[in-house]
Amino acid sequence: MLLRAEKLSKHFGGVHALEGVSFEVAAGRVHSIIGPNGAGKTTLLNLLSGIYRPDQGKVFLGNESLTGKPQHRFAAAGIGRTFQNLQIFFNMSALENVMAGAWLHEACGLAAAALRLPRLARAEAEARRAARELLDYVGVGRWADSPSTGMPYGALKRLEIARALAARPKLLLLDEPAAGLNPTETREIDVLIRRIAEGGVTVVLVEHDMKLVMEVSDRVLVLDHGRRLAEGEPHAVSHDARVIEAYLGVEAC
Amino acid sequence: MALPLVLTNNYTYEIAILVGLNAIVCVGLNFLIGYAGQISLGHAGFYALGAYGSAVLSARYGVYPVISVPLAVGGVAMLAWLVGKPVLRLKGHYLAMATLGLGVIVSVVLANEDWLTGGPDGMTVPPLFITGEKAWYWAVGAVLLLTVWLAQNLIDSPRGRAWRALHGSEVAAAAVGIDAARHKLAAFVLSAAIAAFAGALTAHYAGFLTPSKASFLHSVELVTMVVFGGMGSTLGAVLGAAVLTTLPQLLTVFKEYEMALFGALLMLTMIFMPQGLVPTLEKLLAAAGRKAE
Amino acid sequence: MIAQTLLSGLTAGAIYALVALGFAIIYNASHVINFAQGEFVMIGGMAAASLVETGLPLPLSILLSVGIAVLVGLVLEKLAIEPARGASVVTLIIITIGASILLRGLAALVWDKKIHPLPAFSGDAPIAIGTATLLPQTLWVLGTTVVVVALLWWFFNRTLTGKAILAVSVNRLAAELMGISVRRVLAVSFGLSAALGALAGILIAPISFTSWDVGVMLGLKGFAAAILGGLGSGPGAIAGGLALGLIEALGAGYLSSAYKDVFAFVLLLSALVFLPNGLAGRRVAERV
Repeated sequence: MLLRAEKLSKHFGGVHALEGVSFEVAAGRVHSIIGPNGAGKTTLLNLLSGIYRPDQGKVFLGNESLTGKPQHRFAAAGIGRTFQNLQIFFNMSALENVMAGAWLHEACGLAAAALRLPRLARAEAEARRAARELLDYVGVGRWADSPSTGMPYGALKRLEIARALAARPKLLLLDEPAAGLNPTETREIDVLIRRIAEGGVTVVLVEHDMKLVMEVSDRVLVLDHGRRLAEGEPHAVSHDARVIEAYLGVEAC
Repeated sequence: MALPLVLTNNYTYEIAILVGLNAIVCVGLNFLIGYAGQISLGHAGFYALGAYGSAVLSARYGVYPVISVPLAVGGVAMLAWLVGKPVLRLKGHYLAMATLGLGVIVSVVLANEDWLTGGPDGMTVPPLFITGEKAWYWAVGAVLLLTVWLAQNLIDSPRGRAWRALHGSEVAAAAVGIDAARHKLAAFVLSAAIAAFAGALTAHYAGFLTPSKASFLHSVELVTMVVFGGMGSTLGAVLGAAVLTTLPQLLTVFKEYEMALFGALLMLTMIFMPQGLVPTLEKLLAAAGRKAE
Repeated sequence: MIAQTLLSGLTAGAIYALVALGFAIIYNASHVINFAQGEFVMIGGMAAASLVETGLPLPLSILLSVGIAVLVGLVLEKLAIEPARGASVVTLIIITIGASILLRGLAALVWDKKIHPLPAFSGDAPIAIGTATLLPQTLWVLGTTVVVVALLWWFFNRTLTGKAILAVSVNRLAAELMGISVRRVLAVSFGLSAALGALAGILIAPISFTSWDVGVMLGLKGFAAAILGGLGSGPGAIAGGLALGLIEALGAGYLSSAYKDVFAFVLLLSALVFLPNGLAGRRVAERV
């Protein structure tokens, strides 16, 4: 088990966003989290990436408990993520976004950076090359040196994935990677996600696009009103009566 | 740097030295405001503490200025570290207000402890080993070039990108493992140390020091230079310092109107050129270049 | 002795409360911190003082001064805040700081750099209450503040315009969609804040005089009070102002009078570090 969430609960004032949710993620698999709006999907992702502290419950990566640690420690432990509302570094080019994403592997001292020691100059060139490769891998290589403000929405979604991959995470959390994309772009994201999983990265994604979820996932977790409703293989979950009822009107395929 | 060939009178050297000293502070402040995206409305406090630190050590305790300067800078750096930790947890207006408060406190303390600082009337400062306007010009110029070189190295380094990532989106920066608190503190301490250094140099250059160096108005001037020139651009910081240091000298005719004009300049720049001088010029040049094609 | 100190603290606190209310109103309507707020205080006092010096009766001078300040506030909003809508926090802060410097520079030109007194509203004869002596002007300050606060309460809770301002402060887009003119709300907010500031300046001028740069410290302290109470909260601003005035007076009286100005900022820093959202501020979670 790579990731284990134990009875996670989170309240905001009177709103119970998440209540006693437990689940496990196996290494190398693709897991999806689905549920109607307000079910608590993004809250769960925020708890798993350390943006929120759970009011109750624990988060384990491997044997290590990450509960309560600051957000950057979650990243250092190997959890990467993308955001529902793009959090691109709009003050930098696409290439610099990805290079910034590789911070954990290029950390250096302030003095070394300011003096531009020779080994650092070599590392910079290498980092630049690796970043370009990642941009090509996700398919936005043509915008490498452009300011990120000039990129179309679909490209920006993929840039965020490239940036997250630059940190070489063990676990990648994708928050609605296909939101706002047309069917063609969604198919491309589908292909990308599978390539990432084949590359050995465990993926957990939150999505509304059922077709994408069914095609790409090994397991599906269904949330409703902050509670775990069902969990299992896509086919089984999509035929679960409670899931169909919660979704009322969504076609399960 | 070729200016000495053109300049012959001491007054122009004096202006150039003042520009250089302000530019050094601004390049440092730019790390905090332009790169890391924080704000400080109290940086004149660090500047003045560096100045007074070195002045008091050398004037009252007989420490050689060559030693009192680094001691003062070190002291200010430590203070900035201590004070920065709690204060940098704040954001936006709250951070602005906290740094403003710190600056005011420093300025009042400097004015009140006259047994140490000479109070509002100021104190005399022993000279550094550098004598003569020309020598100072070269010295300040060298320090400025060094600072600019360091800044340029930092921009294209992982540390520089970490700062800029914080400026772009703090939550996304943390998501790639950047410890926001630690990096903000580093920018804060570094810019404070650079300001203190420039302050100490100014004290020994001018030979005299008053607590107005720590005033809120001075802090605002420094921030204006950085923002006017263009946040996140080292050239912008230097240019901003150059323009806003020389302008009052050129406008001595309008001495009475100086404050009103400064205020108007601030407003007009931020309303019509919010990116600052350098980025706006870059955009204009790029647009002109495209038209020419 | 302590009664005297508390009284002067309360008086100063009332002034800080009025200035802080001005900050709160503008912040609520536009999310802008108006660093020029202190200059409204200065304009109120200086205009009144100079009008009285030209021979105009006090009540008329007061009225005209408030009017002048309101005009300045409206012009400021129109020329500086509106064009810069949507700009970053740093940009807006610098614009209003620029405005305050501009106004101060203009004040030095229009008037002068000397200190001006304003005649007390109902004379200087001190009233003795037990061991303390009370200046009639102090009663004016406290009384007017109470009346103003009551009027503001009525305005924000009972009038349509007041409620419109509150609506904009909660959710600008929704307010606009409901047909509320945000431009008008902004204008009213600035005008109202300017009036409050000017009133504060006029009330305190007979006691501590006025000059071209009296707005700097008063503005900063009023701002500190607003943050202390929780930015955007009216009751918080009042509580913050009174607390600030009292602590400052007590500190100056019993600890160190040389450091009087520092107490406000030490208090502010402590509040910011330990109570990041102020005494009454709301916590807003950022959606990612």
